[in-house]
Amino acid sequence: MGTAVIVLASLYLLQRLLMPKYAADVVEGALIAEYYGEEKDHDVVFIGDCEVYENFSPAVLWQDYGINSYIRGSAQQLIWQSYYLLKDTLRYEKPQVVIFNVLAMQYNEPQREAYNRMTLEGMRWSRDKADAIRASMTEEEHFLDYVFPLLRYHSRWSELGAEDVEYMFHSPQISHNGYYMRVDVKPAENVPEGRILADYRFGENAWAYLDRITALCRENDIRLILVKAPSLYPYWYDQWEEQIEGYAAENDLLYINFLELVEETGLDFTTDTYDAGLHLNLSGAEKITGYLGEVLRQEAGLKDRRAEEHLARVWDGKIEAYEQEKERQYANTALDDSK
Amino acid sequence: MEDLLEILRDLHPEVDFETCDTLIDDKILDSFDIVSIIAEINDCFDVTITAEKITPQNFNSAEALYALIQELEDEE
Amino acid sequence: MLFTSYAFLGFMAILFLLYYLIPGRFQWELLLAASYLFYFIAGPSWLLYILATTVTTYYAARRIEKTGQQQKAYIKVHREQLSKEEKKAYKDKMKTRQWRWLLACLFLNLGILAVVKYTNFAISNVNGLLRAVGSARQFGFWDIALPMGISFYTFQALGYLIDVYRGTVEAEKNLFKLALFVSFFPQLIQGPISRFGDLAQSLYAEHVFDAEKFCYGLERILWGYFKKLVIADRILTGVNAIIRDTGTYRGAYVFVGMMFYALELYADFTGGIDITIGIAQALGIGVKENFRRPYFSKSVKEYWRRWHITMGTWFTDYIFYPISVCKPMLKLSKLARARLGENIGKRIPIYLSSFAVWLATGIWHGASWNFVVWGLGNWVVLMASQELEPLYARLHGRFDVQGRGWYKLFQVLRTILVMSCLRTFDCYRDVPLTFRMFGTLFTEHNWHILWDGSLMGIGLSAVDYGVLLAGLVLLVAVSLLQRSGSVRDRIAAKPYPVRFLLWYGLFLAVLLAGAYGIGYDASQFIYNQF
Repeated sequence: MGTAVIVLASLYLLQRLLMPKYAADVVEGALIAEYYGEEKDHDVVFIGDCEVYENFSPAVLWQDYGINSYIRGSAQQLIWQSYYLLKDTLRYEKPQVVIFNVLAMQYNEPQREAYNRMTLEGMRWSRDKADAIRASMTEEEHFLDYVFPLLRYHSRWSELGAEDVEYMFHSPQISHNGYYMRVDVKPAENVPEGRILADYRFGENAWAYLDRITALCRENDIRLILVKAPSLYPYWYDQWEEQIEGYAAENDLLYINFLELVEETGLDFTTDTYDAGLHLNLSGAEKITGYLGEVLRQEAGLKDRRAEEHLARVWDGKIEAYEQEKERQYANTALDDSK
Repeated sequence: MEDLLEILRDLHPEVDFETCDTLIDDKILDSFDIVSIIAEINDCFDVTITAEKITPQNFNSAEALYALIQELEDEE
Repeated sequence: MLFTSYAFLGFMAILFLLYYLIPGRFQWELLLAASYLFYFIAGPSWLLYILATTVTTYYAARRIEKTGQQQKAYIKVHREQLSKEEKKAYKDKMKTRQWRWLLACLFLNLGILAVVKYTNFAISNVNGLLRAVGSARQFGFWDIALPMGISFYTFQALGYLIDVYRGTVEAEKNLFKLALFVSFFPQLIQGPISRFGDLAQSLYAEHVFDAEKFCYGLERILWGYFKKLVIADRILTGVNAIIRDTGTYRGAYVFVGMMFYALELYADFTGGIDITIGIAQALGIGVKENFRRPYFSKSVKEYWRRWHITMGTWFTDYIFYPISVCKPMLKLSKLARARLGENIGKRIPIYLSSFAVWLATGIWHGASWNFVVWGLGNWVVLMASQELEPLYARLHGRFDVQGRGWYKLFQVLRTILVMSCLRTFDCYRDVPLTFRMFGTLFTEHNWHILWDGSLMGIGLSAVDYGVLLAGLVLLVAVSLLQRSGSVRDRIAAKPYPVRFLLWYGLFLAVLLAGAYGIGYDASQFIYNQF
């Protein structure tokens, strides 16, 4: 009995130690888990890949529109993962609006183990997590490796760092309601054209999950809004655009393609992106979030909740952290520039 | 018996075949030795020891081997 | 289902549990079901092959035994009436009948093995000949997957059949029991090749749970996983890098590849056998040892008595002896002695039959020329050392070296080196290429790569080398300890906290330093499908 306790306890500690902490490096891996620490009373929940968590800022939605929102985004989030994350979210709360970024429609099959890990590991255990894992695994993966991540990360002992000890039991706050802030600038030049594809039709599996997302929202009286973030790359094909427009019309969904709203939002790709057009930086995100806020207020009729005392207090803290991070990053970039 | 001992001593002068009864178990005789011994016995006693008779029991001691030869001689 | 898969671990856990929960008389039936399930998962269609072998050897063995009994009964009843000549004639007749059953069954089963294993080898040779004579005609290859473990279970079944023919064991009357003997899953993939007389009784017996034995079994399994996952699968990366890029890795790299392969093969093969024997032991079943610290051998001959023992004895008992002591061979030997002298005559049976054995050993290992050359290479070395024995004896007489530590070490290292050189055929799998690469050892003069950091470039990091070195030290230490008795007995004598630390330490070593999972090429055991 004593032996069993020693074995289990030490294995647990080892597992905590060896799992990647996503604290200084690839922080995107930390995003999904942060949701569970929140008060769950959101009006809007975003689901999708990096095109949601790097391009929309919930802080702006609150400050300018009094909308309480959260982004459940993760790197290369595949559409079945978005679906199960939405289901997972619905176990805690029922937002009025769900916003899904449609770039993930390009993937019909499981892609890369590393991205699967970043999306799935942060999820709390539930039927939805198990289903998400099963839907996401590449051929080389095993379910057991998710149940016992130690099996997956067993060889990380040779690359452990100080942060692995520091963040063994708690993680630093990375995101701002799921938004990953970057303020640096790298202008977009020579954006490559999309290479020619053999088949522009989205895959059957992807469609099936989009249908499931639509149905899930309908069942729960949630307004589903489809968006395409203004990222110049990965390339968004006209043929893809047509299919999404068709789907939105058919299902009576609002679809906003920010690529076509560059003028309206005032985006400037020489200053509003930090990686030459793949993702927006803070200034870009704040611009298009402003546009989105208008839509949410007018089209979806979301009310301004800034007068709610408790919520306002919560947000005060968040905004403070948001501003601090902003300052810190601007200071850093100024330092880099002066070098 | 003396003939047999001579055959054996020829192969392994250092072994005391009269007393040793672990020729196989202690790996004193290897498969090449056994084949040589069988050929010599065939020559000298005119009996054929077939493969199924090659067992540790039959080859562990000179005595056992001699018993085998006699048994085969009787059968012939 | 690889030994190194989660599925296999789950399979084993369920089997152990059921095995000791059900009444003892059903245990062997459970093992049969488990074995067939194991085989079914590997390849449903392969079941036909193993069933064919099982049924034919079962039937042939029964016929052989019945014929023998009939003969004995007849002689007993008619003892008075028959003359000595008549008795002998009757015996011979019945013996011939048995011989025919034996031969038919041998031909059938070796035929199956030959067809599935060697058809494509034959086709490629025919194609080569056709090209050589300028013909444009080429034959297509046969698309067939070699049934798992067919070389092993075929030999095991045929060994049983020959034993019945020789009267060493009784024929098994229960077809299902024989089916278990042929298919017993822990040894199905890579042996050992068990003898019916050694294995059968403990396979069919009832086994009560014995905590100590069970624990010994688990220790053995864990040790096997350590060898396989920590050492073999880790060094595999380096071995593959060297043998796959023959343009870059020449000269001293070939030597590194040879030595790494020696370690990999040992850790892989003996690790697999440890798992096999450990599983059997945990089930209360005794499977014979297949290795006795082969790398401590002082000669090649000794090496082959200590490496893959059950295969060696199989070839000795069923091929070497029958050929070397058969009547035509003895006649030939006599004739040669008369004509060519005592010395040559004496050698003929040994030379010819061991040639046959090593040809068979080579081709048994794989259907390609490199294995044939490898087998015959072993034969040449063995014969040479046999011939050199008098010279060594004289040297040992002149210089007082025998029995001294450094000389023993020299002999051991020499044996390892010779065996590693021969194994380059196994590495490169192409005879001319092997010779070319082996030649670069003497022409490239790049020995500096051994210490100038170049070895970091073959896919192994400093961490890998550290783990490998630690693993090797442990391996050698355990082997040295084994010389003076069972290591597990020693462990068992220690107080519980010490035992626990040893077990848990080894477990953690496998868990943390094992080369498994994403990022590692989870490999099959080398002896699969041989």
